Amino acid sequence: MSTLTTNYLTPTGREEAWRFTPLKRLKGLHETQTDIADRISLTAGALPHGVTVTHVATGEQSPISATDDVVVQRVRAIAHVVTLVTIAADSVIDAPITLMRTPSGSPEASRTVIRAGNHSKATVVVENVGSGTLAEEIEIILEPGAQLKFITLQEWANDAVHLGKHHAIIGRDASFTSVVITVGGSLVRLLPTVEYSGPGASAELFGLYFAGSGQYLEHRIHVDHNVGQSKSRVNYKGALSGDGAHTVWIGDVFIRAAAEGTDTYELNRNLLLSDGARADSVPNLEIETGEIVGAGHASTTGRFDDEQLFYLESRGIPATEAKRLVIRGFFLEILSKIGIEAIEERIMNRIDGELASVVIA
Amino acid sequence: MSTLEIKNLQVAVDTEEGLKQILRGVDLTINSGETHAIMGPNGSGKSTLAYSIAGHPKYNITGGSVTLDGQDVLAMSVDERARAGLFLAMQYPVEVPGVSVSNFLRTSVTAIRGEAPKVRSWVGEVKEAMAALSMDPAFAERNVNEGFSGGEKKRHEILQMELLKPKIAILDETDSGLDVDALRVVSEGVNRIKENSDLGVMLITHYTRILRYIKPDFVHVFSAGRIVEAGGPELANKLEENGYAEYVTA
Repeated sequence: MSTLTTNYLTPTGREEAWRFTPLKRLKGLHETQTDIADRISLTAGALPHGVTVTHVATGEQSPISATDDVVVQRVRAIAHVVTLVTIAADSVIDAPITLMRTPSGSPEASRTVIRAGNHSKATVVVENVGSGTLAEEIEIILEPGAQLKFITLQEWANDAVHLGKHHAIIGRDASFTSVVITVGGSLVRLLPTVEYSGPGASAELFGLYFAGSGQYLEHRIHVDHNVGQSKSRVNYKGALSGDGAHTVWIGDVFIRAAAEGTDTYELNRNLLLSDGARADSVPNLEIETGEIVGAGHASTTGRFDDEQLFYLESRGIPATEAKRLVIRGFFLEILSKIGIEAIEERIMNRIDGELASVVIA
Repeated sequence: MSTLEIKNLQVAVDTEEGLKQILRGVDLTINSGETHAIMGPNGSGKSTLAYSIAGHPKYNITGGSVTLDGQDVLAMSVDERARAGLFLAMQYPVEVPGVSVSNFLRTSVTAIRGEAPKVRSWVGEVKEAMAALSMDPAFAERNVNEGFSGGEKKRHEILQMELLKPKIAILDETDSGLDVDALRVVSEGVNRIKENSDLGVMLITHYTRILRYIKPDFVHVFSAGRIVEAGGPELANKLEENGYAEYVTA
């Protein structure tokens, strides 16, 4: 692990990493003088065989990744107890492992480590609900051959503030799938990041976000192809509606000199449903070796496709319903990656509810 | 008995050089049970006529009228026109990602009929209509027009026509891009619907090929944004022999 220099200062907004974020709305989570509680806010539901959830002192589970994020550094300094989720080697677990967030409402920090054992197969779901003010870090280790689907649901109440980093270290021949759903919160800033610890490893990072009036939702993806023969696919889709709805998607992909045989593609699509909404989309690709399978990115931000709407309307479907169908269709590709019908339906219903309360342009 | 009446229709489109006139006074009346072939060279405005009647926002109506049984079609929104009984089978049907054919058909039929079809009879109805068009049942689970071949797209258009039961259907170059087998299946579908209903048809085509399968009662030659000659089926034979040369130079 390389050590990055850190200055442990409050961001001012001039830093590249914070240039989009409205710092005033962070409820002080980024400021050193703010009192942030050390509190265990994740509760595990019934655990299937092969899974354990324990709480260990931070000394027993030190951070395993480097970070230059000030908020994550604060989390590491504050959180004395780490929630440790362990999936036993060789266990294949069909039922999802659900971790429910029960926020206190006041500023709080949370550190979690998920360890997927050799050739295990499991799905972990983190459900964030309520009026939280949360700074968190989740580190995920995939041992060789492990297959882990990691789903985070930001179904926050509309006054929540959530800053988080979800970092996966993917072992040899392991495959990591993350699905990030962000539909709630006043301000959500997530850093879904990935690095590799062995060849043959792959990551699929999916995301869906819907920002209504006044919501700020930021997703900063970072894929570090630091070893050879690794693969990544990123696909994030967002829709925005209403005055002051703002989303930011940053997709940083690095292919280091050692990472020969890398295969990567990242995609971000945004659908602007009304005036007064703003979507920033910044894909970045840095390549230090030419010996790769493929590397590409695409980003689109636009309004409804008039031809799609005309086609549906010409079959008698009223305009508002046609738009709803198109939005549902737009999100289905990502939503279907969850693979848990009850959750897919709940998220779609929430989006439908948001759509019903706004006039779609 | 329904009547689509087009009177002195004038339509323009926005271009970089300003408004460009495409239709220059089209007069045409289509009654239930009649099939009218509209034939003309590329760029004569045939598709503009079709899309203007369906209400595509790209086309500006600059004069004239379109009525269906006396109702002002041009005052209706796109979906209202469909619910009034008009149907446009498109030359280039549009992909709608993430929306399955079965969901699309059900939503559309519910809108047109004003109530959701009964589940049991609906499943049978769709199955039967698909079988008649030699469509695989798995087709219903695919996304609308996504990855469809040319023939599949056109069959899907005719399938919708069968289920939506319009009064007047406009088929815009339905024959383009179809091989002989697909053309036969699609044409048989149109003929079957005509036999079982009093559907009026506006059949827009560049070629006479489809007229071997779907027999028109009237043939209209379209050139430079208007109908320049009208006649019976024999006019199509003349066009097949001589082409459009004599109409284009004018």
